[in-house]
Amino acid sequence: MTRSARRTRRTLQVAGAGAAALLALSACSSSDDSSSSKSDTSASASPKMSGTVTVFAAASLKESFTTLGKEFETAHPGTKVTFNFAGSDTLAASITSGAPADVFAAASPKTMAIVTDKGDGVGTPATFVRNQLEIATLPGNPDKVTSLKDLTKSSLKVVLCDKTVPCGAAAQKALTASKLKLTPVSYEEDVKSALNKVVLKEADAAVVYKTDVHAAGSKVEGVEFPESADAINDYPIVLLKNAPNAVAAKAFIALVQSAEGQKVLSAAGFLKP
Amino acid sequence: MTPPDKGLDAHLVVERGTFRLDVELTAAPGDVVALLGPNGAGKTTALRALAGLVGLTDGHLRLDGAELDRTPPESRPVGVVFQDYLLFPHLTALDNVGFGPRCQGATKAESRAIAAEWLERMGLAEHSGAKPRKLSGGQAQRVAVARALATRPRLLLLDEPLAALDARTRLDVRAQLRRHLAEFEAVAVLVTHDPLDAMVLADRLVVIEQGRIVQEGTPADIARHPRTDYIAQLVGLNLYKGNADGHTVTLDTGPTITTTEDLTGEVFVAFPPSAVTLFRDRPTGASARNLWHCEVAGLETHGDQIRVDLTGELPLAADLTTPAAAELDLHQGASVWAAVKATQTHSYPT
Amino acid sequence: MTQLDTSDAATETLKGGPRRRRVRMTGRGVPLPLLVPALVGLAFLLLPLLALLVRAPWRSLPSQLTSTEVWQALQLSLLSATLATAVCLVLGVPLAWLLARTEFPGRRFVRALVTLPLVLPPVVGGVALLLALGRNGVVGQWLDSWFGITLPFTTTGVVVAEAFVAMPFLVISVEGTLRAADPRYEEAAQTLGASRFTAFRRVTLPLIAPGIAAGSVLAWARALGEFGATITFAGNFPGRTQTMPLAVYLALQNDPEAAIALSLVLLAVSIAVLAGLRDRWMTTS
Repeated sequence: MTRSARRTRRTLQVAGAGAAALLALSACSSSDDSSSSKSDTSASASPKMSGTVTVFAAASLKESFTTLGKEFETAHPGTKVTFNFAGSDTLAASITSGAPADVFAAASPKTMAIVTDKGDGVGTPATFVRNQLEIATLPGNPDKVTSLKDLTKSSLKVVLCDKTVPCGAAAQKALTASKLKLTPVSYEEDVKSALNKVVLKEADAAVVYKTDVHAAGSKVEGVEFPESADAINDYPIVLLKNAPNAVAAKAFIALVQSAEGQKVLSAAGFLKP
Repeated sequence: MTPPDKGLDAHLVVERGTFRLDVELTAAPGDVVALLGPNGAGKTTALRALAGLVGLTDGHLRLDGAELDRTPPESRPVGVVFQDYLLFPHLTALDNVGFGPRCQGATKAESRAIAAEWLERMGLAEHSGAKPRKLSGGQAQRVAVARALATRPRLLLLDEPLAALDARTRLDVRAQLRRHLAEFEAVAVLVTHDPLDAMVLADRLVVIEQGRIVQEGTPADIARHPRTDYIAQLVGLNLYKGNADGHTVTLDTGPTITTTEDLTGEVFVAFPPSAVTLFRDRPTGASARNLWHCEVAGLETHGDQIRVDLTGELPLAADLTTPAAAELDLHQGASVWAAVKATQTHSYPT
Repeated sequence: MTQLDTSDAATETLKGGPRRRRVRMTGRGVPLPLLVPALVGLAFLLLPLLALLVRAPWRSLPSQLTSTEVWQALQLSLLSATLATAVCLVLGVPLAWLLARTEFPGRRFVRALVTLPLVLPPVVGGVALLLALGRNGVVGQWLDSWFGITLPFTTTGVVVAEAFVAMPFLVISVEGTLRAADPRYEEAAQTLGASRFTAFRRVTLPLIAPGIAAGSVLAWARALGEFGATITFAGNFPGRTQTMPLAVYLALQNDPEAAIALSLVLLAVSIAVLAGLRDRWMTTS
């Protein structure tokens, strides 16, 4: 127990140094490139950052994290960020089965708990964004969907996420809160496939995240509904205990939580924590 | 020329790549015609063309006055006995024979009755429930014949009907087949590379080489007057082509043969290997006027005889008894004199 | 001495000696460079299954298996896999015949196309099916507007997805058998007055029955385990489109024990069916 505590402390120290380096770097990145090598040497107090950071992230984070990954790589030459985007539950299951990952960003505290309960996370996960549900309809909203209640019409083909994945659990929560009973045509295995059913016009509507509607652009039309306030998802992020590249991983988490990171995430439709 | 309204009148032209089959065949009902020829001569192609399994490139095919060129195989009144019989392995002998009648519209019971009758006629009544796998070669052959005949064809085709049988069975089956063919009232065409089968079974032989007919006639005629080396070999004769002037025939290659016939012009000369006498030294005062100096090229046992292959002045085959061969001390490369009496040669115009 | 034994075994095998004896002999007769990889291969295939058994939640198994959802999914899986196999048979056997027995321009190419679902990731297959037969698909939109038929999110959709993925197995298996079968039997049937179709039905079909059976078993097994195309094309709704693999996958998300239990059921049923069929049909081939 003492040993693990010591290790945590050390990791935190290292992480602090990493974060400092990151700040220095991101400061530089706004100036010209030639100075970046100099700032690298200035961060020599901390271990030099290099190698690959492996980030397991919820499918809904795909667009914004990909952007952030590129920023990170630019800021830290010699590093590489690889992502594994999938349903949070799938990711949690593979992490607890020993998949080599540095960072886990989940779409719900519940899925995060699968990892932390097993003691695979370092410290307490931090909520870095929140996501709100939205109804995705066909472009132009031909079925005139304006509320969650409209989805219960039997003529509509609605897809929900399966209740085992966060977007499904959230939708269920919103439906329960508003005492609505909705029979979908399908419980999709993750939010992207739910959205895709609308994009492909196989379903008339899907209950997905704002960010997904945002990412789909003009292929779907988003309809906000008040009940979604009852089911806002917190997105926690955590450094993993067996992280092969903890230093860079800490830096990446810092980037996600930084103002720069939050800007990218907000642009994708996420709410601030 | 008006085609006969009975029997077979065919001019089969089939082109396949560089191979061209061009064969005219006519036969009256009751005729048994054998297509004889070496492997790859086109015999089987001719048979398949008659059955409709290969399309004609050119020519015509009439059977009992009806045009069949464009008729698909299933609508031709043609029965086929295939080389390895092709009995349907999943059907009993009875159902194999009944298959044809059934396809021609008979009910299951009717076709079985017809099949049973045919098997009875073939002496196979007790095997009617057996699957082909359980039949002996000879039995399978008879089932195949019964199956082909059960459709009452106007043309029966047999592809190497005896080739799949061992020597002992072959003798029996050949005799039976001969009887069935003799009873068959329509045209039968059989393909074989075995001259004995052809001669026993057929009334008329058509010899095909490289897609063309090289000779046709009765078995006796062909056996006596072969016109190609292939036929001569088949019937076991030494055959030469030359120019006759009276009793002397000068071969294209130089040597002369004295014959009994008095002919002029292009002729064939044939004599059997058994007519050849061999000497180690040049015989003096021998009565034979045909004498050639040769060298032994090969020896092989041929029944109870030794077949000696000779090269030299005149390439020929000679048959000797084993003691005679031993006495002569023959071996490969030995120098010998070969003599043939003029009376044992036979010459005929080309 | 060992050598003597080996040759003994060889002659025994050649003679087709009694089965029991042959089995005993094989162990000594098999050369090591074959035996070792063979055993490693066997272990490789069996180890994951063994792990599944070792880690199975045997205590909670009874309660897991008595849930209606499991039975619903199992019933749906068996039904849809069987229907998909039937579809494969009706369409695949004639297709195999066409590929094996006829000559047409581009036949090789068509043959390659037929096997495409084998290499296509099933999820892509599912998307492709949506694009073709979905409500808004190339063909699907006409099905919808003319007949009011929509396939996605229906049990029929599950059958379609499974048949799409499983059919190549059947076609390839049957085509192989057809190529090995002597085409002259069909000719013999034709000379006996059978049309090409009758010849196929009454002669070829019985001859290639073992191949068809083997192909059907493969297709059935593939359909039973189908996941990607099914969830993409037919969605996931308990009792309607949620087959066992889908139930397993979704259970895996938050209850791995349940997933293992479900997998065991699927395994047990497949082994029972395949073993039963093997004995009856496949040994005759």
